[in-house]
Amino acid sequence: MDDDLEVHFRQHVSIPPLEVIEGRQSSIKQGFKKIPSKTAQIRLVSSHPEVYEPCDDSFALVDALLADQANLSEHQPKICMEVGCGSGYVITSLALILGQEANGIHYFATDINPHAVSVTRETLRTHGVHAEVISTDIASGLEKRLSGLVDVMVVNPPYVPTPEDEVGIAGITSAWAGGENGRRVIDKILPIADNLLSDRGWLYMVTLTVNNPSEICVKMQEKGYTARIVVQRSTEEESLQVIKFWRDSDAVLEVKKASMTRSISKKVMESVLAQFPRLPFWGVGNNVTS
Amino acid sequence: MRMLTHNMLSSNIKGVANGFPLRIEAEKVVEKKVEMNADFLRNIFPKIEWKALVDASKTMGYTDLPEAAADSSMLNSDEFLQSFHHALLELHLEEGALICPETGRRFPVTKGIPNMLLHEDEILEIVYALPTYSEAFL
Repeated sequence: MDDDLEVHFRQHVSIPPLEVIEGRQSSIKQGFKKIPSKTAQIRLVSSHPEVYEPCDDSFALVDALLADQANLSEHQPKICMEVGCGSGYVITSLALILGQEANGIHYFATDINPHAVSVTRETLRTHGVHAEVISTDIASGLEKRLSGLVDVMVVNPPYVPTPEDEVGIAGITSAWAGGENGRRVIDKILPIADNLLSDRGWLYMVTLTVNNPSEICVKMQEKGYTARIVVQRSTEEESLQVIKFWRDSDAVLEVKKASMTRSISKKVMESVLAQFPRLPFWGVGNNVTS
Repeated sequence: MRMLTHNMLSSNIKGVANGFPLRIEAEKVVEKKVEMNADFLRNIFPKIEWKALVDASKTMGYTDLPEAAADSSMLNSDEFLQSFHHALLELHLEEGALICPETGRRFPVTKGIPNMLLHEDEILEIVYALPTYSEAFL
């Protein structure tokens, strides 16, 4: 301000003394001091009308990764992958949680929606993290060469029950349309995940109760995986789980025995199914199991 | 798109017997330095198709990667690791295309992202063989 105007301003406007303003400014500045964010920040996540914005299921998946953070770090994954990256919220968060090239960790992200791929690239950029993003159907093109190399896979699949003809429609519909029981795309993803996952591979997947997660677990068990619910969220209408799958030598042994005796051991079956209540409707409220 | 990704991609068109490696058409190449992690390099090395990496790097403008199929003893050489690291992780194909070696089909690379999405007629439908009536009742 030029001098005359400033004098006029100070005479007519009540302003606290300058040092107090500066003091407040500096404390405000300190309040805004950058604390490294463990997950992607919504304000930095890019968007597009045809791309699924981060929602409860995205947050649940990231919460699951945060809850399992210690295990993940100890596990020292080399290659991590997200199938269906959407806005990029989850893969960005995973990269922030586990670290990047300096830690020897590399990330891949795929999406069938070309807009999602662009949005993910932008979200990664605004957070200063890198992932190799590929526009493709699940992992088509990667399946041969990346087979057995993925140590951590995360998936928030299109799990909503819809008419079959809505599955695979271009655009944002592909983010949720899951066909009968919301299982069409999930059932397509699981064998691909099994192929890509390394011996020590972990898969984190979001499911709804309507997807019949206990059946999913049994199917995965037949491939030699054990399962655990990492996060569970319930509303009045539905219940959502984040399930972690990993290859278990005991489970593999059971599968071998089972193929000989043509029955899955009751004990192993019970331990997996015990995590899922028999009743279709669960209690209201959020709870995190670990 | 890094050369690591290129080394992991193959043509997914139906009927293609050997779709690897995809040939690179480089229109825009960017170098982005990134911290080296020797453990990662030693770990990934056995999975890398070496000739494909050498050829890809050359197309991207980097010719210092040793041609001879490197053996694991070279992983102790810092000079080799630096070169391997540079080729694998620091060269980015921003604009260009990946070409199927068998069909010539172009997979465009835009802003560093390869587009592997296929058209309807290029997708292999897996048909599960069902036993015929007579086989089932033999």
